[in-house]
Amino acid sequence: MTALNPVKRNGKRRDIVFPIVNTVVLCLLMFITLYPVLNTVAYSFNDGMDAVRGGIGIWPRVFSTSAYKELLQDGAVYQAFWISLSKTVITTVLNLFFTSMLAYALSRKEYVLRKFITVVLVLTMYVNAGLIPNYLLISRTLGLKNTFWVYIIPTMFSCFNMIVIRTYIVGLPEALVESARIDGAGDLRTFFQIILPLCLPVMATVALFVAVGAWNSWFDTYLYCGSKKNLYTLQYLLKMKLATTQNSSNAANTTADALATAAKVAPITIRCAITVVSAVPILVVYPFLQKYFVTGMALGSVKG
Amino acid sequence: MTAITKELNQTKRQKGFFRRLCGQWQLMVMSVPMLLYVFLFNYAPMWGWLTAFQDYQPKKGLAGSPWVGLENFKFLFGREDFLLAIRNTLAMSVINLVFGTVSSILLAILLNEVRSKAFKRTVQTVTYLPHFLSMVIVVGMAQNIFSSNGAVNSLLMSLGLVKEPVFFLGKGEYFWWLVGVINVWKEVGWNTIIYIAAMTSIDPSLYEAASIDGAGRFQRILHVTLPGIKSTFMVLLIMNIGHLMEAGFEIQYLLRSGLTMKYSDTIDVFALIYSFGSSKPHYAYGTAAGMFKSIVGIILLFGANMAAKALDEETLI
Repeated sequence: MTALNPVKRNGKRRDIVFPIVNTVVLCLLMFITLYPVLNTVAYSFNDGMDAVRGGIGIWPRVFSTSAYKELLQDGAVYQAFWISLSKTVITTVLNLFFTSMLAYALSRKEYVLRKFITVVLVLTMYVNAGLIPNYLLISRTLGLKNTFWVYIIPTMFSCFNMIVIRTYIVGLPEALVESARIDGAGDLRTFFQIILPLCLPVMATVALFVAVGAWNSWFDTYLYCGSKKNLYTLQYLLKMKLATTQNSSNAANTTADALATAAKVAPITIRCAITVVSAVPILVVYPFLQKYFVTGMALGSVKG
Repeated sequence: MTAITKELNQTKRQKGFFRRLCGQWQLMVMSVPMLLYVFLFNYAPMWGWLTAFQDYQPKKGLAGSPWVGLENFKFLFGREDFLLAIRNTLAMSVINLVFGTVSSILLAILLNEVRSKAFKRTVQTVTYLPHFLSMVIVVGMAQNIFSSNGAVNSLLMSLGLVKEPVFFLGKGEYFWWLVGVINVWKEVGWNTIIYIAAMTSIDPSLYEAASIDGAGRFQRILHVTLPGIKSTFMVLLIMNIGHLMEAGFEIQYLLRSGLTMKYSDTIDVFALIYSFGSSKPHYAYGTAAGMFKSIVGIILLFGANMAAKALDEETLI
């Protein structure tokens, strides 16, 4: 429809005005989207004492890398980065393995348990036992509290991702499975040798979803590993910094107050530097996967 | 006679069922472990709902704690902060739903009208980005932007709209709207994906026919584009109504402070604070609050689905 000829009867003026207004509005929107990000980067490269005065736009006022230097000297940051990274990688691999296998099984129309399992799984999207029962299960019954596995085991499955992969598999030609079957391959073999390699685009999408979720979560650390410093993730470190500066900014009605507290609590520049460090891995990966996840998202949600 | 044949058929079918099941052992290997996993992690915790009817003591566990009937619920509904939490949850959900839907449909329409592929792609790449940032990062940025010497206040002051910096983060009255704005900023681009997908499936000849009939751009949007995304809109609306009790808690928990707690605390935040906030955990109150939330959520989901069915619209279940 975008290729349509401009409507002549209504006059040409409107058809020139609208695209211009549209472009301006969208450019403004991009600016609003990017501004907070650029602002944070600018703060992270600003001098700590100067940053307290605020009013920094998208360019540092007094350039300094001291925030990053301080960060690099902090062993806790390295440890947290390592925990975040290993948590993300292991979760993604295991989650993809189990979810895609399940998606294949549920894509087979002849499978007699298909309906039952699908209903049981889809219900989990709406019915939730709630925070406390889950907490009691994971920390008391399963005893995962203060272990690394609490990051991995409870997040091995997501129904939404399963639906996305299943929809993709259903869209593949049925003849693939049939010919594999004629050649004597069972379902396991068909899946791993025929279907899985063809699912690469959708797997990339789901991998991105899972990896971002694992990388971004802080609440699991807060609930289960709050007393175990060597299991802190990057997001949790950031969350703790947020808490300290938050208190000061709430109390800081006067600049004098702000200056006095800024000397003691973590300065805003450090917080912004951690923000940048924890956001960079995602920002680097995501543009490359964009073309995959748009189709994946649309598929899963339209047919889900 | 007919009853007997029915029974015969049934046994035959059942036999067939198990025989077929055995033939599908490979599919079972692939799916049953995850089914058990889901039972353990999603359904088994529902036993924990029993603690809502107990004076639950962690040391004694579920079996040893005394039963108290509906005392916990009575306690909750007698508390002003729980009633406020219900109000806040619903208020923020509705604000998020309205803001989120309107903004993403608007953006999808604008994107749909862009002719340059490269420009469209750039806008999409940029607006999807915040979806991938964690709530911790987003709240940190919001604290910078909305602080008394942040960008929003400098803009308002330089435009002469306000004389003194507005204390966005410390005034309870602003909290809901702040959450609404932050959520729109974070998700607006991402939420357009579904609508744009729906728009691309609209038959182009409809647009052609409309413009031959003399419809201008806005009339085409009104009479072709919007009806074309109606079913998507309905499905998402039902889903969102089912999630009306889930206003989220991450953003509220990270953004709240003592000054805003009357407006910031949702049911989840309430449950969290009652369960873990003090040195003596009150798990039973948290469970009761969560259980109340879940049950209302299920009722809302089925209600919305039935309403859609009655209106002859697309349904979810």
